[in-house]
Amino acid sequence: MPGGNYKIVTMSFVEYGDTIKDGDTAIVFLGHESMFPVKVQHGTVTQTKYGVIRHSTDLIGKKYGSKVTCSKGGWVFILHPTPELWTMNLPHRTQILYSTDISIITMMLELKPGSIVCESGTGSGSLSHALIRTVAPTGHLYTVEFHQQRAEKAREEFREHGVEHLVTVTNQDVCKNGFGVSNIADAVFLDIPSPWEAIGHAKSALKAEGGRICSFSPCIEQVQRTCLAMEEYGFTEINTLEILLRVYNVRTISLQIPDLGKAAEDNSSSGFDSSNPSQQSSPCANLQQGTVQFKSGVPLREVVGHTGYLTFATKSLV
Amino acid sequence: MEGGPGPRIREGDCAVLKRGDVFKAVSVLRRRKIIFEKQWFYLDNAIGHIYGTTFEVTNGGNLQPKQEVEETTTETKEAGTDNRNIVDDGKSQKLTHDDIKALKDKGIKGQEIVQQLIENSTTFRDKTEFAQDKYIKKKKKKYEAIITIVKPSTRILSTMYYAREPGKINHLRYDTLAQMLTLGNIHAGTKMIVMETCAGLVLGAVMERMGGYGSIIQMYPGGGPVRAATSCFGFPKAFFDNLHEFPLSKVQSLLCGTFSAEPEEIPLLEEESNGLSEEKQQETEEEPAAETTMEMNPAEEQDTMDIGAEEVEFKENKEKENKENVREKQIKQWERRKKLKEAAALLREKNADGLIVASKFHPTPLLLSLLEFVAPSRPFVVYCQYKEPLLDCYTKLRERGGVINLKLSESWLRNYQVLPDRSHPKLTMSGGGGYLLSGITVILEQGRNPEVLKVEEPSSKRCKLQDLPC
Repeated sequence: MPGGNYKIVTMSFVEYGDTIKDGDTAIVFLGHESMFPVKVQHGTVTQTKYGVIRHSTDLIGKKYGSKVTCSKGGWVFILHPTPELWTMNLPHRTQILYSTDISIITMMLELKPGSIVCESGTGSGSLSHALIRTVAPTGHLYTVEFHQQRAEKAREEFREHGVEHLVTVTNQDVCKNGFGVSNIADAVFLDIPSPWEAIGHAKSALKAEGGRICSFSPCIEQVQRTCLAMEEYGFTEINTLEILLRVYNVRTISLQIPDLGKAAEDNSSSGFDSSNPSQQSSPCANLQQGTVQFKSGVPLREVVGHTGYLTFATKSLV
Repeated sequence: MEGGPGPRIREGDCAVLKRGDVFKAVSVLRRRKIIFEKQWFYLDNAIGHIYGTTFEVTNGGNLQPKQEVEETTTETKEAGTDNRNIVDDGKSQKLTHDDIKALKDKGIKGQEIVQQLIENSTTFRDKTEFAQDKYIKKKKKKYEAIITIVKPSTRILSTMYYAREPGKINHLRYDTLAQMLTLGNIHAGTKMIVMETCAGLVLGAVMERMGGYGSIIQMYPGGGPVRAATSCFGFPKAFFDNLHEFPLSKVQSLLCGTFSAEPEEIPLLEEESNGLSEEKQQETEEEPAAETTMEMNPAEEQDTMDIGAEEVEFKENKEKENKENVREKQIKQWERRKKLKEAAALLREKNADGLIVASKFHPTPLLLSLLEFVAPSRPFVVYCQYKEPLLDCYTKLRERGGVINLKLSESWLRNYQVLPDRSHPKLTMSGGGGYLLSGITVILEQGRNPEVLKVEEPSSKRCKLQDLPC
């Protein structure tokens, strides 16, 4: 994405805007899950397989949701960014969390406007954007990332997306130094290799009156160690689950009626008559007879089978 | 009051009782007998304690905060290696039903009862350590009457409803609801349209995620919206200031421009006012300018009145009462019409930031009509207990155009038991939690649908004999 001066943006990931403005991050939708983010900027052009998009004439001032015709004649739709669209299109610096896991995390941590959340590691900021959206306008996200460049890149993105007032990025090791805050969080989220080492810090970051914690780990051994640590630190309601999304493609299916022959030799038999020689030709020609059509929700051939185990628990005063 | 910081249980709250994985929502009222998990008790003693407190049920049916007791599990217990010699003849427990009852009546605590059961079990020391653990957990669950009182939230209420009354929420499983809230980008400051017949659970979840910022227009079938679950959330009154409602029966007229807030038939006010109890007006701040304030009935009558005059006076009072009832009814109707017009005006702007549908109705007509009120480049999510209606909805939406990124999905959820050397998925699982159809609106062009051409799924490499894209 082109760099450059940052203009003050009135739109952001936490507030809908109607019109595309200079400095916005917009999503270019090409069709069927093909899309990419673009930084809107006067004088810039963006290449697509349908041709060129000129920001000044094609984007700035247009309504979000507009169809834009590109130089080669094909067209795209310009969409307002949301954390979900961002998750599907952000540049990966690490493996990210997808909206399916993000959804259940948000609900099970009881997040809402005003919540204070601690997160580590920040990674590519996929979950971070979703958390910020949920706790806005009065909450805050404290996110800890031990990789210096990633921490800096995250800060940059939050700025560009108009949400920097809702988030604090700290560059340190959460297992050694915690989240940098004490007794203020309603919820803590951990997506790190050794979460059991951070449980103690998580507990002290959470409010004295209690809060929720979630740890995400791909391996069951990590989960076991984390559950043990949670128990040792007095967390209750420890619960581990996994969630997957099964997507269905909607298709019209035509199935051929098999030729079961005739009951008798005469030609008077009705019904599914398959002695007609034209049946041997392409079935598409026989959509009116000899086939049955129906709509089906067809599963994808290859689906995600595992992302990670999610372990939730409660810190309770009593 | 004891304890530290944190929200406290107050009379009138809707609180959720929790025992293990079982939840039940109750109103916190004094001297009200509650039944929960085979136990009877009063909540009076809980009032003033912090949410999250764990209680024991005493013999008198009162709640008592549970004392922290150190578990004496440090001694190595005698245990067996496997169950090859353990015969399940139902005779290994020496305590009889009556013995146990006697213990309970004596006021012996649950922990002690469990201890007694262990000591009187002939097979306990032959069990493996894991089996002993399981046995103790099972007995504790049965005899230790521990109840935690928790503050309601989407997490807790959606789990509770799915377990206790799934029929009321069209079998919407809590993880599916979680997906809806995220796919719909529900957040503070938006203008959302919600259409649900899930007892108000979905509405409550949306309200929680909006935090009182923004506005919601709830579409409802029949006479009025059901908000039973919504009241369980315990939202502050201010959250309801920007909650509007609009009847589905007026949607068509609103779309066609023939909408009128006037009722279809003129109600007979005299009929209605007869013998009706005064309903308290809820959430109405404005007074109608033209109307005067209510007059109170003269409470006292002079003792010295004779019967005849009393009768006349009684009749006069009755007439006055009727007139006041009529006036109250008129004011109420005026208010209702005002609200209806407000909601209509909000919808007419056709700039809602999203649409959430979760109802028992066929989703297609709802989507096709309600999407008209949604701005372009905004998400929408439809829930249906069954997949097939969403197939139809998908098809009709494609024909209509003005939507992209349509996705039909189902959420798969599995819970795990995590114990040292005993970790595995739990034995039972929900077979289905419903289906979702989600998408994003775009500017709807009249005429050809450019999106139809855009969304033809990439063709599979094999012969297209059976596969036709929609």
